Amino acid sequence: MGHLPQNKIDQQDKQIECYHCGDICQDEHVLFDEKNFCCNGCKTVYEILRENNLCNYYDLEKNPGITLKNRDFGEKYNYLDNEEIQDKILDFCEGQTAKVHFYIPTIHCSSCIWLLENLYKLKEGIRYSRVNFTQKEVFIDYNPLILTLKDLVATLATIGYEPYISLEQETRKKQKSVNRDLLVKIGVAGFCFGNIMLLSFPEYFGFEGIDDKIIQRFISWLNVALVLPVVFYCSTDYFKSAFTGLKQKYINIDVPISLGIITLFIVSIIHVSFQIGPGYLDSLSGLLFFLLIGRWIQNKTYEGLSFERDYRSYFPLAVTLVINSTHKTVPVRDLRENDIIRIRNNEILPADSILLSKEANIDYSFVTGESEPVKKNKNDLIYAGGRQMGTSIELAVQKTVSQSYLTQLWNNEAFKKEESSQIESMINRISKYFTATVLIIAFSGLVTWLSIDPFKAWFVFTAVLIVACPCALALATPFTLGNTMNVFGRNHFYLKNSHTVEKLMKISHIVFDKTGTLTNSKKGHIIFEGESINIKEKSWISNLLTNSTHPLSRRILTSYFHDMFTHHPIQRYHEIKGKGIYGNVDGHHIKIGSAAFLNGEIANQQSFSDIKDPRYSKVYISIDGHPKGVFFIENNYREGLDSLMDHLGKYFKLTVLSGDRETEEENLKSIFPSGTLMKFNQKPGEKLDYIHFLQKNGEQVMMLGDGLNDAGALVKSHLGVAVTEDITSFTPASDAILDAEKLAKLDKFISFSHTSKNIIIASFIISFFYNILGMGFAIMGKLTPIIAAILMPASSISVVLFATFAVTMMARINKLI
Amino acid sequence: MSVIVLLIIFSVIVALIFLVSFIWAVKSGQYDDTESPPVRILFDNEMNKQSPPENKKTRK
Repeated sequence: MGHLPQNKIDQQDKQIECYHCGDICQDEHVLFDEKNFCCNGCKTVYEILRENNLCNYYDLEKNPGITLKNRDFGEKYNYLDNEEIQDKILDFCEGQTAKVHFYIPTIHCSSCIWLLENLYKLKEGIRYSRVNFTQKEVFIDYNPLILTLKDLVATLATIGYEPYISLEQETRKKQKSVNRDLLVKIGVAGFCFGNIMLLSFPEYFGFEGIDDKIIQRFISWLNVALVLPVVFYCSTDYFKSAFTGLKQKYINIDVPISLGIITLFIVSIIHVSFQIGPGYLDSLSGLLFFLLIGRWIQNKTYEGLSFERDYRSYFPLAVTLVINSTHKTVPVRDLRENDIIRIRNNEILPADSILLSKEANIDYSFVTGESEPVKKNKNDLIYAGGRQMGTSIELAVQKTVSQSYLTQLWNNEAFKKEESSQIESMINRISKYFTATVLIIAFSGLVTWLSIDPFKAWFVFTAVLIVACPCALALATPFTLGNTMNVFGRNHFYLKNSHTVEKLMKISHIVFDKTGTLTNSKKGHIIFEGESINIKEKSWISNLLTNSTHPLSRRILTSYFHDMFTHHPIQRYHEIKGKGIYGNVDGHHIKIGSAAFLNGEIANQQSFSDIKDPRYSKVYISIDGHPKGVFFIENNYREGLDSLMDHLGKYFKLTVLSGDRETEEENLKSIFPSGTLMKFNQKPGEKLDYIHFLQKNGEQVMMLGDGLNDAGALVKSHLGVAVTEDITSFTPASDAILDAEKLAKLDKFISFSHTSKNIIIASFIISFFYNILGMGFAIMGKLTPIIAAILMPASSISVVLFATFAVTMMARINKLI
Repeated sequence: MSVIVLLIIFSVIVALIFLVSFIWAVKSGQYDDTESPPVRILFDNEMNKQSPPENKKTRK
């Protein structure tokens, strides 16, 4: 009894790192081969690797492994023996050769690549394996006669690389081909741009009077030929987007861009055909080249992360079906009503069912956010999404998976994000005015010049359209936002796309989920300090505690008084809210509560209140007026919440939506600024309705949540952020994924998004400066191809450089990189 | 002077060859993963250190 809490804290400071995964060894500490391991799982992996001479794994990177804490595979992969499922997963299978690829979210360093590519040394039957690091995929070629798919997956799982297996993987393929197309377009545009520039060089240096007219014409027409792929292949996306925009009577940024491209092209063709001049072909191809690079930067996303998961990702692929007391694995969607299924410890129930076993302990935290498991008895209906804790249970399926409560909820219309409600991006709003202004200037230029020189009037008109092409405008946003995304990514805040940064700027209301978002999934330590308590006293205290529903009472009870104690009747039990409890047990007066509550009795016991660490709550105990000791209870709220909420409270409205009961209200009140609305016992549907209610009142809502219970609200909100302790684990569909450790930086992220906005505005100003300059040349009828060829790339490059450097610099100043 | 025409045609053709090979590289997926190949090339050497007889053949 009674370890000194001080010791415990010291130990944490020393921080023994696990040789395998680099975690700090806390509760468990395994010493093996003169190396420290945080758990037996990590030690086992080390053993396996050492036996197979694969210890290079540890030389390439420091502590490369993946923690195996809380991972128990058991019979989880039995469903892989089902042939129908195998068919879906395998890429190819014939005779002695099978090919398969897995998505393994835990791939994260070069050691991972090395180990996964040396799998053949680990397990007989594996012929070849290759990693695609960006996609976090591994391609394996093995002999199915020697090694079953189940064993292969189990091997991967035991060394910490548990594959994510899903029966639908088509969406990822599509994205790949889009990226490739864009790369080809950039290549073509770059090729044409370079060659046209090269061929136009004589022009730049004023060799206009090249004696040989034939060569001059040859070069001009070669340039025209080179620009054709740029206009008809590389620019197609811009034309398409401009056309769809116009069809919806909406001017987006691609309208002025397309207008510029078309004008440039037609004018150049005319100039070349009538031998007026060389045209603006170099400017045109250069423009496209820069624009495409901008688009590429904007499109860069976190391919290894998935933002589009629905409820199916949470459900098992297959379940054990019981037919006449024999077990058979079947895919989940083949379940019929009245089928009898068997759910083992830690498995998730895929369909609404009635319990046949005597009792079950169901953890609904996935679905409702309620963290305490619920006890169910025979013949109770259990909803899909519940996780069985404890022994295996048997159930009779009531509804098929697609008819189950959770699936129905997910398919609810309200869950679908209304695209029209999406905020208009800044660039498109500006481009409306931009296009109008340019057209006005062009026409007024045309009218003015018509009276002076009709031929020149058309030249001026086209020159204005050419030079005003908003390339710099169109580049400012992708480069700034793309870079901002990068900065966030380095801080473990991953955005789905750069448009999300713009959404972040406009947030007015932030809604937090409690369980898993504000709190840690790990329960904190409980330490007792004081006189030793004998068994009798222990049983008195535990009896008193059972009467209290206060979370601290429950925490002490569950983690400190594990054993059952004899039941004693309690007299004169009283609970004083926010202070403590007291009562008479077995004739003894026992008080449990805060220091103030026991004030008179602990006044002379200073040693009890040594720890001032705010992470610990203190609960004092006295028996018959004699102080016995104090419990130090580490709360499981994430660090830095206090100051985060202080900052956020100044600028945003905050709300807490929790699936839990009200027990934590007191604690939450001390963290959140006064006036924060807190709602408890919220079902997934209610969370969704509340978000909808806020949106109706014109709020721009950002929702932070973690579980499936928040999934609807995350999708519905303007900006859904999935908070996760393990970036590689599965998160609900969202706009952004945030590492739970970095939650305290949320205010910095939001304020940095505003910084990016200012940077974009500054870039716009720079680009306007160039536009005014160019416009001046154009209106005066002096925009020669050379001036255009210098001015346009110069404006593009300076805007790109400014945006890139400004973001990096501001991130440094804000200590985000 | 017409030799210039010939040279220009040649230079464009040479550039085209590079463009085509770039497109081929993209289409064949060489740009899908830019992280692992540079790391992978270092692995072989380290492995050879530990187990030279196995991989000697490939190195020659």
